[in-house]
Amino acid sequence: MSVVPADVLPGGALAVEEQGAVGAAELAPKARLWPSLVAVYRAQLSRARVARIPLLFVATFQSIGIMILMRGVVDGGGEARAVVAGSAVLVVAFVALNLLAQYFGQLRASGGLDHYATLPVPPAAVVLGAAGAYASFTVPGTVVTAVTGCLLFGLPMTHLWVLVAVIPLAGAALAGLGAALGLLAPRPEFATLLGQLGMSAALLLGVLPAERMPEVVRLARDLLPSTYGVEAFARSFGDRPDWAFVLGDLAVCAVVGVISLAVATWAYRRAAVR
Amino acid sequence: MCAVRGLTKTYPAVRGRRGVPATPEVRATDDVSLDIRRGEIFGLLGPNGAGKSTLVRQLTGLMRPDGGSVQILGHDIVRHPERAARILAYLGQESSALDELTVSLAAETTGRLRGLEVRRARAERDAVLEELGLTPIASRPIKKLSGGQRRLACFAAVLVGERPLLVLDEPTTGMDPVARRAVWAAVDRRRAELGTTVLLVTHNVIEAETVLDRVAVLDRGRVIACDTPSGLKEKVAGEVRVDLVWRETAPLNVPEVAALRDRAAESGRRWTLRLAPEEARAVVATVTGGAAFAALDDFTLATPSLEDVYLALGGAARQGLVRA
Repeated sequence: MSVVPADVLPGGALAVEEQGAVGAAELAPKARLWPSLVAVYRAQLSRARVARIPLLFVATFQSIGIMILMRGVVDGGGEARAVVAGSAVLVVAFVALNLLAQYFGQLRASGGLDHYATLPVPPAAVVLGAAGAYASFTVPGTVVTAVTGCLLFGLPMTHLWVLVAVIPLAGAALAGLGAALGLLAPRPEFATLLGQLGMSAALLLGVLPAERMPEVVRLARDLLPSTYGVEAFARSFGDRPDWAFVLGDLAVCAVVGVISLAVATWAYRRAAVR
Repeated sequence: MCAVRGLTKTYPAVRGRRGVPATPEVRATDDVSLDIRRGEIFGLLGPNGAGKSTLVRQLTGLMRPDGGSVQILGHDIVRHPERAARILAYLGQESSALDELTVSLAAETTGRLRGLEVRRARAERDAVLEELGLTPIASRPIKKLSGGQRRLACFAAVLVGERPLLVLDEPTTGMDPVARRAVWAAVDRRRAELGTTVLLVTHNVIEAETVLDRVAVLDRGRVIACDTPSGLKEKVAGEVRVDLVWRETAPLNVPEVAALRDRAAESGRRWTLRLAPEEARAVVATVTGGAAFAALDDFTLATPSLEDVYLALGGAARQGLVRA
């Protein structure tokens, strides 16, 4: 079906061997980090309309359901704050950790990473774009959960604005963890399993009040990045929140976020070229 | 344009586990050497499992070979696999990265990730979708399209952001004739205007014969022949292929038919024979008359195709090449 005769091709006849090519040809430019990050972010966000909205409802209703259950157990005060903060951050853990781990696990297993690996795009743009999009999916669910929780437990909504910092920072930490798990898991089933386990940990260790837990569980709680998001948010419900501690907790989230996203980027590189 | 020397890749043996049988060590590419020239459509033809995709993954920097070299436009791809993305565009067999995007967003995003700025990416996206006739379905998610349309949408993404080399792994799988024509017209236009080179992976013999300038025939990781399709076919020019399809079983009680059995490649009810022209005439006379004719469902007499070349060169797989 090819109708172009070989000798009209620009650049010469087919028969000429190019063994003696003088210099290497010029390479097309690389895609720069920021524009490609935005492109990946936009593409991922558009996937939400197709595939993610039902799961967002699940995440939100799950958290609201837990709060309703806990209302029978918890009677106001510090425990109520912990339950509301934990349930709100649980939405972030569900989407950013669990769903992102599944997404990257499946993408890697199905060979979908080849698409990105054969484009001149910085690995960080793919990981950060996807992680950012997943963290963004969590915004409506987290806000709805937080507001519902405040109404249920009679907490003040004065400092709900702190979510503006909690969602992106807890989102970065959990999404980085999710992406790293998804990209490092040898099989997609493991990625799904690890994502689910991570979310279960965030549920048990984040929502249930820490004071009633045995020492080992408290230690595990300290190791989980979502804990610091929960603590920061819970503190903001106080009458006179200690903002230094809030900032300290958020700083831990930020550091974990940077490290886990760096690990995820490394894992992406490793997964892309086998 | 692209020089491959002594490329070798071995998959290690896998120990068996419960439910998973052990597999021995496999040489997926075995000392492969090729030269692809600028502006040609170069094909890799072979049955499934011949090592075509593994070879292509090494040429695109997706897989590190165990040994050998790959030079594309003067760049060493084995040492600098990341440069491949700046020289070539690759259409893999999987579309899972693009599945949930709309046709239009998939093309635009791919263009942007190929380094185009927004306005340029959108302009090229519109031009390519128009060229391939995808404009009417531009706003539909790729996942919801038929197999052939999905493939065409992924091909569109490959074309946004011009590259001197296109590496296409079975691009026309599942496509109807209209879509196939759109693909080859788009390829030809780029060849004529830009001197674009195409490396095509296929197991479709007819496609290989009609679109390729040169073809390398792969079998079990080795290149068993490399020439123009007509040059390859000359190697078996003295032969004619006779396909006999029996109604139920071959009438082995007819002595002439029984004598042919040793020379036939059997595949179900089909016998394929490669014969000298006068022998072929005699066989056709036998099976179209007398007792054999009653048992015959269909027969064809054809000049040799690349499939015959593959088999004549000692290709091991009796099936796996497609005539469509």
